[in-house]
Amino acid sequence: MAPSTSPAADLAPAPGGAPAPAPGPVATTPRARRDGDVVGLGRARAVAFVAPALVLVGVFLVFPAAWTLYLGLLDYSLTGSGAQAPVFVGLGNYTSALSDPAFAKSLYLTLLFVGGSAVLGQNVLGFSLAWYFRAAQRPVRATLSVLVLLAWILPGSVVAFLWQALLDRRNGTLNALIGTTDMAWALDHPMAVIIVFNIWRGTAFSMLLYTAALSTVPRSHLEVARMAGATRWQQLRDVVLPTVKRHILTNTLLITLWTFNDFSPYLLTGGGPNRESEVLPVYIYKEAIIGGHLGYGSAISLLLLLANLVIAVVYVRLLRTREPEAA
Amino acid sequence: MSTVAGQRRSGTGSGTVSGSRSGTGSGPGRGLGAGALRLVAGRSVMYAVVCLLVVFFALPLLWLVLTPFSPTPSYKASLSGFTLANFEDLLANPQTWPSIRNSLVLSVGSSLLVIVLAALAAYALSRVRIPGRDQLLYALLLLSSIVTGTAAMVPIFLMLFQLGLIDRQFGVVLVLSGGLLPAAVFMLKDFVDSIPRSYEESARVFGASPSQILRHVVLPVIRPGMATVGVWALVQVWGNFLVPYVLLSDPSKQPAAVVMYTFYDAGGQPNFALISTFALVYSVPVVVLYLFVNRRYGFAFQGGIKG
Repeated sequence: MAPSTSPAADLAPAPGGAPAPAPGPVATTPRARRDGDVVGLGRARAVAFVAPALVLVGVFLVFPAAWTLYLGLLDYSLTGSGAQAPVFVGLGNYTSALSDPAFAKSLYLTLLFVGGSAVLGQNVLGFSLAWYFRAAQRPVRATLSVLVLLAWILPGSVVAFLWQALLDRRNGTLNALIGTTDMAWALDHPMAVIIVFNIWRGTAFSMLLYTAALSTVPRSHLEVARMAGATRWQQLRDVVLPTVKRHILTNTLLITLWTFNDFSPYLLTGGGPNRESEVLPVYIYKEAIIGGHLGYGSAISLLLLLANLVIAVVYVRLLRTREPEAA
Repeated sequence: MSTVAGQRRSGTGSGTVSGSRSGTGSGPGRGLGAGALRLVAGRSVMYAVVCLLVVFFALPLLWLVLTPFSPTPSYKASLSGFTLANFEDLLANPQTWPSIRNSLVLSVGSSLLVIVLAALAAYALSRVRIPGRDQLLYALLLLSSIVTGTAAMVPIFLMLFQLGLIDRQFGVVLVLSGGLLPAAVFMLKDFVDSIPRSYEESARVFGASPSQILRHVVLPVIRPGMATVGVWALVQVWGNFLVPYVLLSDPSKQPAAVVMYTFYDAGGQPNFALISTFALVYSVPVVVLYLFVNRRYGFAFQGGIKG
């Protein structure tokens, strides 16, 4: 917004059809531009434009989130006595969650999954690829980036089956390739499987983001560093990393958020064997939808929502502080 | 297993480091032999790492490309011959087309709903100073990333159950659209913000009414943005497994993403002829749409908020 010189212009919301075209462009344009409402929509109609979207978001996104808060306080089940008359149990679901070793284990597995596949795996591999692409030959770069992108854009159900085929005990491609027979990867190393799978699946986003970020590093800075005799590693550490620091943070937060809520491990291992790969989304699904413990499931969902909130608030703060710096 | 990837990664690092140090650090005369040797060693380590990465990313995809055409489809990804018989199986299967049609209904329905509602909201939010606009956008941005299908699974299930929308495709469309809208509004508002206001201004000067301007000036200009968001929504819904899986129980209403997991015989063995061809047919539209959008707008369209 341009700094307003006359306060009156800001007060008038340019009502529907009030200023007839008679005063001419000289009279209407400055006010309209200051207000932004060049079409003359008016505030009422603008609200009517926004309302349908807000209603849908409100009913199917905000309300469920708020309801989670309430449901988590109930002993509410799909079947049995809890279905007839949900009993208010206060923080009971939370205390039983915190004392449930299965929840603690699921939480630990989730942290392992997020840390290993997103924070370390996708982040480092994505950055390395972007860094390598800067000087790579075109065909190599094109081949590798198309493969990485394909892993990212294919539908989740398809890639999950592709990985089942890859890791199959008898006929799996992996066993055939490295000569191991009868190695049931998904049963013997379920966590490792879903971590490597998620690195494969999600590295593309980090690669794209870091490719864009690295293109903002001024070539002249690198040139100067090279003249001064900096090694490639020193250039990376002292010139590149400080420039893309914010991108690294953005990327890490986003992929953490997505991985934290990722349900696709379920399609690979079903959370098994023996809950060995039951990350939180799978745990919630099994407790609430399969087990029918809706109250308990909601309590865990709320913990997930809170974790999301923390990550998102950090992220949005970050976005906001970036703007004055860029200006 | 994460160590495997770790080794690869550290390999990339050391490869570039040694390669560059020898390339820039050593003078032309002294130590050229050692420098060149190190350069060669560094280069070959790097090529090995790149080859490994190509294999890592290509290996799972191999099955999708080979098995649909294999005369003996199994978990094994090998080309033991070439046949189109599996596709005949797919065509003959009574579940194939209904499930693809269901996917189309869900994704086109949600996509249209998202485009229309997001365009209206984005335009008004971009051009009119509604009180509390910035807070609203801030809240939308937060919401779109916090409330995920996984976290809101229980209340959404329960709510649709009580609204009588469970096992109804309309319910799935509403839930998915509600989830996609905040990000869609955000993307489209960015787009509208970037359009100069002079188009609308000049139409106004010539006496056009607001609705005329919207239809004949604004709509054509923001159409590319709407197309992008529409394709983005389409792809998101097309690939979504969890929401229809939880909310639809009637197999005749389920989309391709869910039906793919029902192609098993009585003994629990997957029907490979069906699954492989189905996976391929189901994946192609996504890849084509991605290529289209990417070529046209150079826009990476997956994952909630813009980076």
